[in-house]
Amino acid sequence: MLKKISEMSKQILLTIYLLLITVTFSSAQTEMADVMRSNGKIYVVVTVLATIFAGIFAYLVYLDRKIRKLEKEK
Amino acid sequence: MRSWWWKILCFILVGFTVLGGFLMPVPRLDILNETIRNLYFHVPMWFTMILLFAGAFYYSIKYLRTGNLKDDVYALQFTNTGIFFSIIGMLTGMEWAQYTWGAAWSNDPKELGTALSMLIYFAYIILRGGLKDDEKRAKISAVYNIFAFAMLIPLIFVLPRMVDSLHPGNGGNPAFKQYDLDKYMRIVFYPAVAGWFLLGLWIATLKIRLGLVRYRKEME
Repeated sequence: MLKKISEMSKQILLTIYLLLITVTFSSAQTEMADVMRSNGKIYVVVTVLATIFAGIFAYLVYLDRKIRKLEKEK
Repeated sequence: MRSWWWKILCFILVGFTVLGGFLMPVPRLDILNETIRNLYFHVPMWFTMILLFAGAFYYSIKYLRTGNLKDDVYALQFTNTGIFFSIIGMLTGMEWAQYTWGAAWSNDPKELGTALSMLIYFAYIILRGGLKDDEKRAKISAVYNIFAFAMLIPLIFVLPRMVDSLHPGNGGNPAFKQYDLDKYMRIVFYPAVAGWFLLGLWIATLKIRLGLVRYRKEME
């Protein structure tokens, strides 16, 4: 009888121990893009977007100049 | 409209948004993860739309007072650009919602309010298409634009805050505090709003200038 109780309490302790471990892992780190940051790939993301926006701005400047010419013609 | 300084400022601010938006730290929140950075892109679309529609509202009133068709050109182009930004805002919102709220559309009060507002402004364009006479078209659409803008206030600002909502700042959600708008996010968010608005303004002024050139050609 005593043996059974001590076995059960060992099992319970083990279960609690395992649950605590999983809980600490799940709340410790929210997944973010740490991998991309650590291998420098985040800069690829930034470069792509910077290129897109540079292109958009270049296009706007081109349109602005074109319209300026049209306005002068009048 | 022709000065370069605010356009250069726009370039700097949006450029900073792109760089800081991805490189600067953000709070680590569940469900949102890195998409919290969308705050710097999706939200300024709507702020820009509201400011551009406010410009259209102003010039609509101006037209009714002056009768000068140039003011109608301003009102129309501010509205056109505002509609463009509203479409981008809606699309980016749905893309964001798909992965964070689980569905592209949730019948959330703010989603519905903005969709209704967009429909109202689409109707403005259709209304203009149906009127042939310049002055009549300008007058009627100016009146409609004023009502359309007036409808924005309850649809987007008032009603969503009164009922349950998924959006932060509405339905009992803390405004932006859910994102812990900490100092790192503020550093990028405020310039982002300013930069994107200047971009919207630039696009609108280009369309206005083109409209004015056309108007002057027609007057000859």
